[in-house]
Amino acid sequence: MSQPLTWTSVLPGAILLSSLIPGALIFLVKEESHILRGVLNMTGAIIKLVLVAVLIWGVFLGGIFETRLTIAPGLALVLHADALSVLFVTLSTVLWLVTTIYAIGYLEHSPNRSRFFGFFSLCVSATVGIALAGNLLTFVIFYEILTLATYPLVAHRGTPDATRGAKIYLAYTMGGGLALLVGAVWLRSLTGPVDFIQGGVLAGLPEALHPQLIAIFVLLLIGLGVKAALVPLHGWLPQSMVAPAPVSALLHAVAVVKAGAFGIVRVVYDVYGVEFAAHLGLLTLLGVAASITIIYGSIMALTQDGLKKRLAYSTVSQVSYIALGASILGPVATIGGLVHLVHQGIMKITLFFCAGNYAETLGVHKVSEMDGVGRRMPWTTLAFTVGALGMIGIPPIAGFVSKWYLGLGAVEAGEHWVLLVLAASTLLNAGYFMPILYKAWFRPPPDAWPEEHVFESRFETMGALLWPPVITAALCLIAGLLAAAPFSPLEWATLIARREYGL
Amino acid sequence: MTSTSLFLPVALPLLGALLVTALPRKMPILGALAALATSGSGLWVTTQTWLHGDLGLVLGGWGLPLGIGLAADGLSAALLAMSSLVGLGTSVYAIGYFAGSERCTHFWPLWFLLWASLNGVFLAADLFNLYVMLELLGLSAAALGALTGTREALAANLRYLLVGLLGSITYLLGVALLYTGYGTLDIGLLGARIQPTPLAATALVLMVAGLALKAALFPMHFWLPPAHANAPAPVSAALSALVVKTAFYLILRLWLDLFPPALTNAAAAFVLGTLGAGAVLWGSWRALRAERLKLLAAYSTVAQIGYLFLFFPLLQATPAGAARDDLIAACVLMAMTHSFAKAGFFLAAGLVQQKAGHDRIDELGGAAQSMPATTFSIALAGSALIGLPPSGSFIAKWVMMRGAFETGQWWWLIIIGAGTLLAAAYIFRVLSRAFGLEPTPQCFVTDARAEIPALLLALASVVLLGLAAGPIWSLLGFEGVQA
Repeated sequence: MSQPLTWTSVLPGAILLSSLIPGALIFLVKEESHILRGVLNMTGAIIKLVLVAVLIWGVFLGGIFETRLTIAPGLALVLHADALSVLFVTLSTVLWLVTTIYAIGYLEHSPNRSRFFGFFSLCVSATVGIALAGNLLTFVIFYEILTLATYPLVAHRGTPDATRGAKIYLAYTMGGGLALLVGAVWLRSLTGPVDFIQGGVLAGLPEALHPQLIAIFVLLLIGLGVKAALVPLHGWLPQSMVAPAPVSALLHAVAVVKAGAFGIVRVVYDVYGVEFAAHLGLLTLLGVAASITIIYGSIMALTQDGLKKRLAYSTVSQVSYIALGASILGPVATIGGLVHLVHQGIMKITLFFCAGNYAETLGVHKVSEMDGVGRRMPWTTLAFTVGALGMIGIPPIAGFVSKWYLGLGAVEAGEHWVLLVLAASTLLNAGYFMPILYKAWFRPPPDAWPEEHVFESRFETMGALLWPPVITAALCLIAGLLAAAPFSPLEWATLIARREYGL
Repeated sequence: MTSTSLFLPVALPLLGALLVTALPRKMPILGALAALATSGSGLWVTTQTWLHGDLGLVLGGWGLPLGIGLAADGLSAALLAMSSLVGLGTSVYAIGYFAGSERCTHFWPLWFLLWASLNGVFLAADLFNLYVMLELLGLSAAALGALTGTREALAANLRYLLVGLLGSITYLLGVALLYTGYGTLDIGLLGARIQPTPLAATALVLMVAGLALKAALFPMHFWLPPAHANAPAPVSAALSALVVKTAFYLILRLWLDLFPPALTNAAAAFVLGTLGAGAVLWGSWRALRAERLKLLAAYSTVAQIGYLFLFFPLLQATPAGAARDDLIAACVLMAMTHSFAKAGFFLAAGLVQQKAGHDRIDELGGAAQSMPATTFSIALAGSALIGLPPSGSFIAKWVMMRGAFETGQWWWLIIIGAGTLLAAAYIFRVLSRAFGLEPTPQCFVTDARAEIPALLLALASVVLLGLAAGPIWSLLGFEGVQA
């Protein structure tokens, strides 16, 4: 650490520590001190939000933020904030705050809360580490920590189902982690330390190494594809639906699948460089894998009756939009893929919050039980509707913006087949979301709900459960309506694309 | 340079052993003081080596070839620091573990004898003193291991004793050959004189074979699992974390400093690497199938020793330079990480065993869940055993895999990969039991004195060695490649 300690060299580290330290302290908090635990949680989340706001402004102005820790000679842990990392950091910070509020409400009176929130904070710290990773080694380190930190969350309920789901999750992610590690070390042995640099670093390597580079890409893609749930590596995701709703929200919108998708974007743009990846034919491989995943996930979602399972397959499908965007050569498609990183996050987290609310308040777990829930829980169902319509791609909700840019980018790049994928996916999305909306709003409610809880609240459910989805649904609308406003996800994605393509 | 402090890490524990034997009533407090003093002196020598480079000392008033020589270089200093810290943690834990038990009076004298001989092996400068220290180590280790007094423990440790003797004798034969050939036993002098003759080759084979038996290198590991699994927890920790490392340290020392490159050739390295690979696969597999927690930990030691031997073919194929330095440092880092992690693992396993009254993995859920700090220690230590980041073994594996790519020996990658996955499977087989429907524990730490040493040792293997491994490079005198 030869660099002088200035605020620009501390800020990325501080953002990481703002959730890591509260997380470590929460483990030590006595089980019954829920106020202290809540204070720790919220302080961490709010400090992080403030620090991230400073970071956004700094990176927008072109500042360089880098925290560097030398682990051993030649091995450095680097946290470096560029425009792309800021996009992911902001997403995870905002959604962490909302999810923490939701989780406090959701887990009230349930056992092992100190353990839960401790690992919850670790999980977010790992995600932020992934977002800020400035080289491949750092990325691999936080990617593995994320696996470790989420395992206890998936296993949290302690039922045989939860144990089984966690085991499957672990088997997939450990295997993927190993593939990623081998790929990363292989690349390191060819080139020296692999820093993430806008535009990529590998294009200058001699032609004789190209076959090795292709093999390395496949290894990295397998490693990242497990978390990003690319078919056929998606098997863990529906199984880990046994986790509590806030964990599902975290896995699907903020942490795990996003880490995989983000990693794919990083490897394509900042390691290989998108033009070089296209030259090696790697983008075609990625595009085909993403398209298969999009269609397969949607078809599987159609057949699920469990609400969370249906949402899970929808995630499988939707996250691959990000990979699809990365696989098309051209700035417009890049924008579409990147902006979907945020849009999918806010839409999917809304849907999972709502699914959690139905389960907690009414005991409704299945689509077939959802008749008339709109009348019993109008606000939750309204939020759900916004999320679902956004997923289908109805304007003016955020999801429309993503699809529009993806389609436009495909046309611009001359890849017209992508339009077919998008159209098919949109139809299928409507196919599995519309029946839910119809049932919820237009079918008469049953005489009794499966397992109704009455909360002492003036709202349809507990306040801590109701506000998070309402807020995130509002974000979905704002991100779509004000897409052209400064600092909107779309504007930021445009900034990244400009920097990546050197425009 | 000469430093009189070199004899302290050996003399202080011997003094401690005498004191606790003479004043058995004051045993825990004397034991704690002697442990602190031993540990402090070890760290002092490490610091001195760090500051001044290689140290030497000749005892007994004779010149170097005749007197008892002690020496500390970066390698011995690093391992001395390891034995000091792990020894201290184990001692603190043992105070509580043996409190009010009759075994206490047997434990402390033997433990200090063991500690003295450990430090003696790391500091001895000639091959005969090394033999003496190894014998002393073997005797005290077998006696400690039998402390539980059960029939299995006695049988296992009797076997351990005999195997240890066989190993030492084989080693001594090699030493005798070298002495007849070159007329000295000092490692430095011998290293300068030795030639790649058939005699030296025979000595190499004998010495390495004897030591490999003591290090429990596959397929000579058969004695280790029962001996380590049936000992009391602090003893298991010391045996697995420290004692087997001494034999490995000696092999590494002979390999790097004594025998000429014509003897430490590709074929010899490949044999060691292959045995190491066998250890990784077989040890991990048996750990996965083990029904008892401590047996699992013991088989995991067999596997981890295997990783250390995978370094030999990589070292052999890498020309001198930064890359080879990295490999040596990574090898030391791997040994140290395993030491901290395995000690933490065994200490924590001992607490779970005490709580549950047994250590059958399938029935441990309740005990594990009621002690969050202990389970957390097992998880931390476990992630270091798997080689997950951040931990010293992750860095070591990273360097090892890089070495495998750079020397074109890709087949070792398969072994490392398979070992990693198997380790993940056997560690999470234990951890998954801790997520059950048992009542929620109220506090993270339930019994500070017992749980904190294990937790700190496990934390050291993950955070200290995983994020700040640089000092090992400096201690070994390596510049390293700058990123």
